[in-house]
Amino acid sequence: MLKNLSENKTNVGIPISKAYFPEPFKSSLEYNAPARGTWNIVHTGMLIPESHQIFACAQGCLRGVILTAAEMNAMDRMSWISVEENDMFDATMESDIVDGVTDILNRLERLPPCVLIFISCIHQFAGIDFDEVIEELSNKFLNVKFIDCYMNPTMRKSGLTPDQIMRCKLYSGLSPSKQDKKTINIIGNDRQTSPSSELLKMLRDNGFLIQDITLCKTYEDYKKLSNSLYNITYLPQAFAAGENLENALSQKQIYIPLSYDFDEIKENYTKLANTLGFSLPSLDYYSLSAYNSLINAKNIIGDAPIQIDYTATSRPLGLAKLLLNHGYNVTAIYADVFIGEEEATFNYLKENYPNTIIYPTVNTQMRFFANEHANDKVLAIGQKAAYFSSTKHFVNIVAGGGFYGYDGISQLCKLMIDAYVNEKDTETVISHKGLGCESCL
Amino acid sequence: MIKTSKVISIYTADTSGVCSALYELGGMVVIHDASGCNSTYTTHDEPRWYHKNSMIYISALTEVDAILGNDNKLINDVVETAKELKPKFIALCGAPVSVMVGTDFDAIAREIEQQTSIKTFSIETNGMHSYLSGISKSYLALTKNFCNINMTKEEKTINILGATPLDFSVNGNIEKIQSWLISNGYKINAVFSMGTSLDQIKNAQKASVNLVISYSGLETAKYLENKFSIPFVVGVPFGELFSNQLLNYIELAEKQCKSYYPCANIRKNTNEKENNFLIGESVYMTSLAMAMSLDFSKDFEVICPLETDKEILSKSDVFLDTEYEIEKQVSSADIIVADPLYQPICSKSTSFRRLPHEAFSGRCFRKESKNLINNKQELECFL
Repeated sequence: MLKNLSENKTNVGIPISKAYFPEPFKSSLEYNAPARGTWNIVHTGMLIPESHQIFACAQGCLRGVILTAAEMNAMDRMSWISVEENDMFDATMESDIVDGVTDILNRLERLPPCVLIFISCIHQFAGIDFDEVIEELSNKFLNVKFIDCYMNPTMRKSGLTPDQIMRCKLYSGLSPSKQDKKTINIIGNDRQTSPSSELLKMLRDNGFLIQDITLCKTYEDYKKLSNSLYNITYLPQAFAAGENLENALSQKQIYIPLSYDFDEIKENYTKLANTLGFSLPSLDYYSLSAYNSLINAKNIIGDAPIQIDYTATSRPLGLAKLLLNHGYNVTAIYADVFIGEEEATFNYLKENYPNTIIYPTVNTQMRFFANEHANDKVLAIGQKAAYFSSTKHFVNIVAGGGFYGYDGISQLCKLMIDAYVNEKDTETVISHKGLGCESCL
Repeated sequence: MIKTSKVISIYTADTSGVCSALYELGGMVVIHDASGCNSTYTTHDEPRWYHKNSMIYISALTEVDAILGNDNKLINDVVETAKELKPKFIALCGAPVSVMVGTDFDAIAREIEQQTSIKTFSIETNGMHSYLSGISKSYLALTKNFCNINMTKEEKTINILGATPLDFSVNGNIEKIQSWLISNGYKINAVFSMGTSLDQIKNAQKASVNLVISYSGLETAKYLENKFSIPFVVGVPFGELFSNQLLNYIELAEKQCKSYYPCANIRKNTNEKENNFLIGESVYMTSLAMAMSLDFSKDFEVICPLETDKEILSKSDVFLDTEYEIEKQVSSADIIVADPLYQPICSKSTSFRRLPHEAFSGRCFRKESKNLINNKQELECFL
């Protein structure tokens, strides 16, 4: 007989000792906290230089993506086709998109080299033949690369999430080309890897040319991403993109997951060196620097309560473990679900730090949480932790912040010290959409 | 006709209108849509989200629940949450997928009301109509559910209909309309729906006259007129002379128990056709056009890209709701007053005057939002 685990779950704030993995909280109605730094599919799609986005959706769905573009001063790269009731039932679903895109492209001053066409949940529910749409448009506009994209949050639990799909689609404009075994891509990130990272140094020292979509300035730069023989992915949400490229372009994926564990970081670099065929250099300098950074930051931060959220890093539990094991006072983690990679860490924390509190972010009662739990003594890592604790002291990063490896730990320690010492205008900072993007606010 | 846009924004949808209209009344609003879809409203359409608590939630609909018609999940989640948070009412609204799969919101509302004993109603939305429709339906739902008893009317007592941040921002516009009315001898009864309580809404029938300041308030004004014989006047008190004119109509309406649309009065000053345009919500823009005409003898044609009634528009005004049509209409304009996100379709030789409208540009230009109520000087920037 199946056991209904949800019966025993508590809704708000539970010690990790009593929490279930991977979803500690029961699914119910959801609240939306006003921390806007994480990227959405519009921000990600804009990484393709010179590309244009066209969304075909209902008015309500269009609103969020259009204003994302408006706030990042990119309305000249954004167009839309509004879908109304009758469009779904009069057998014109496909032709409406073809006609709409044609009308828009004909009215643009110049044709973009690449157009991302987004359809929405209702198209998929109605069984749209999107392939036909893309084919017809490709035949009409021979010099434009059309990429099929999806804004389908209703399907978020039916396979890949919209975020994962978007990271895959980001590289759909690439075509097979001659590959250079000394050229390597970092794939699926929305920000560049910190230039001080030993990952980049190690690759360069061994003669590799590193490419990353975040560094591409032109569409021609983007197309060169297909020249690489290898792709590095380190964010879990980018793994599917790496798999896709392995199938489409025969680029070998090297997945070395973002980690805050000294041993795992070394394992990652060993895997990288073995795959690429170079000798692993001594990492002692970097690991010692990371360790010293942790000690130094602890001396400054002391026992200030630290709270971490899932938007700061895909491994909030791993980061909590690192800090707790170095004497920091991590009191809370905000996350609604944990990734599979964190299961061992979850169990470790459960056993060794059972009083660490896990809070949800979307639970309906979290609407009132920030007012009731304001604590400016908190050092938050991540925008949601900053919001919920109402602190002015927070590390403002999303998706790992581009920090990787031992250097990533050192950089994070620097930001923690800075956040501890200096106040931020939390409301203003976390209100900006898409951290790192231009903003008109 | 397929509605496309190459560069301009889009007005926010009916679901945001519902949330905005019901925000301050102590109820719980549940949008039956996918997780995260509420972030559009909470990010772009709701300036009160950060500082003022309100129970606006999303059901986090999934593909499986939609296909299998798992309404029980929605019912159970709403009932459980309502029992914890004890809202004054519950409003359900649909979104594209939940409507497409034929969700019976009225039946679900009845079921929830039975289980919670909290007044529950559904508001017919599908994310495919403008915010005006959502606000309008919300006001009507409030009125029909909470204003059933005949009450003795109080003289010189007024309701304001159509007040949301989507049309009026949160910058003192609504407070200024109220103080203007108070200084002219009126008692404010209910404001649909900013700075007001559900108890005040429940007493809407006490008013002797209604002031409609957005198209979103018109349907409820008509309902209150039919059911409780409360006349209404349509217009926003912009400028000096139009505000005075509006005040005269309010007095007349109360005295004669007759409704008026002064925003649609004739506003031609000269025989020469002026090539100036205002683009936006009909009541707001026709009122502004009246104010510009009366205070400065400057005529503007209103382009209304949103639903409206013909009584609101003057003869020279037009309803155009596509980017292409609007671009063509204003191609040789001298002056255009509109939200800044309309500027890319305006000619470079046109004098473009920025008038941010949150229902169109969200929070992009919130810092520039204007308070033009009963103030001639503030209008000079549009000349």
